[in-house]
Amino acid sequence: MTDAKTLSNRRPETGAFFQRDRAMHPPAYTPSYKTSVLRSPQKALLSLDNTLSEITGPVFGHNILGELDNDMIHNFAKPGESAIGERIIVYGRLLDERGKGVPGALIEFWQANAGGRYRHKKEGYIAALDPNFGGCGRVVTDEDGNYWIRTIKPGAYPWPNGPNDWRPAHIHFSIFGHGFAQRLISQLYFEGDPMIWKCPIVRTIPDRAAVERLVAALDMEATIPMDSRAYKFDIVLRGRRSSMFENRMEGN
Amino acid sequence: MVQSLDRLKETASQTAGPYVHIGLTPNFCDIPGVYPVDLGDTMVNDKTRGERIKVKMRVIDGADTPLKDALIEIWQADADGLHNSPSEMRGAADPNFTGWGRKPTDMTTGECVFETIKPGRVPFKDGRKMAPHLTVWIVARGINIGLHTRMYFSDEEKANDEDPVLARIEHRRRVPTLIAQRDGDTYTFDIHLQGEKETVFFDI
Repeated sequence: MTDAKTLSNRRPETGAFFQRDRAMHPPAYTPSYKTSVLRSPQKALLSLDNTLSEITGPVFGHNILGELDNDMIHNFAKPGESAIGERIIVYGRLLDERGKGVPGALIEFWQANAGGRYRHKKEGYIAALDPNFGGCGRVVTDEDGNYWIRTIKPGAYPWPNGPNDWRPAHIHFSIFGHGFAQRLISQLYFEGDPMIWKCPIVRTIPDRAAVERLVAALDMEATIPMDSRAYKFDIVLRGRRSSMFENRMEGN
Repeated sequence: MVQSLDRLKETASQTAGPYVHIGLTPNFCDIPGVYPVDLGDTMVNDKTRGERIKVKMRVIDGADTPLKDALIEIWQADADGLHNSPSEMRGAADPNFTGWGRKPTDMTTGECVFETIKPGRVPFKDGRKMAPHLTVWIVARGINIGLHTRMYFSDEEKANDEDPVLARIEHRRRVPTLIAQRDGDTYTFDIHLQGEKETVFFDI
């Protein structure tokens, strides 16, 4: 699974990760997002400075990727056809809290189609499926932490929480950094969407600036004329200490 | 004034939602042909060293109901206690063992089963050996930020007794929430999200 080429000549880092700022992340118990009520731990988390079990983590090489993995417009479509909807590119950098690019990291994406319909057997929304749209994509960041995907802009989507709750247009994403403690899942929203500030899931995040960092910016400079608009979306993972400050008996 | 530390803020977490399978296990949820296999589905092959085991897990909510839409990932050392990771500097891990697995819980029973090997012991920061364990990460609808826990093994009583992480649990009656029970080659590990039997979760 580990592909040395992915990480180029950089020496792997072996330090522990910076403490997570849990005042910025959503707490577990957020009753206006109803499902969290019975799915939130009630006891305090046990704090643990990282051991090797959390400092290490799986790394995936570009060799796992198929040619269309980062192109949701075509990766489920019949030959010669494509998904229906607003064609967009989402691109950006994967960084850590120190501002360093994170190379060779797997980012996975999933989303509804242009009408807000997910391709999932538990989903019953009346908006139609698009026969040429599956809804999953993935990419491995390059040497500087850059990534890009091609997709269609997802539609808003109603859900049984409040009697009339709708999700803003969003793309789910899942990231592996280089250590298992960096594992993160979140959601990307789109600039200017008035639904963002009404959403009980968005509002689980207590910090307005943290929500704004989940909103992708329309980027007309990166837009391809007569083809696709572009949205820029940078993602930040936890930084880590330099191992020169560590005092470990084992390891390096 | 002093120099800025120039730190960025981590991207905020959001729930994985009920349709996490579309992105992370598309073949499991009937989206064939995009990826050849679901990543993390297979951890071992016929050359993997170590004792073969099955680990059966469930995630149970505050109303004693198993989650049928959870997704669990595990990360562990190989039989010699080495991780298949570039950050592992102590030696090369078993090339026939990924160390990482990912399973959705069954949409009817809420169960998932990892076929893996029993991990070797990994040193704690001060050099003491930790007991064999899996690092476990759980996401689902209703879980706003992925939950980290550990799974230890019921037949490693002596190692568990000297484990420096288990030793930090103040309320000793909560220690068994991290210990999977062995029956034949299968360990059963129920993760309780809240209530009397709430599993110990970590801020790592």
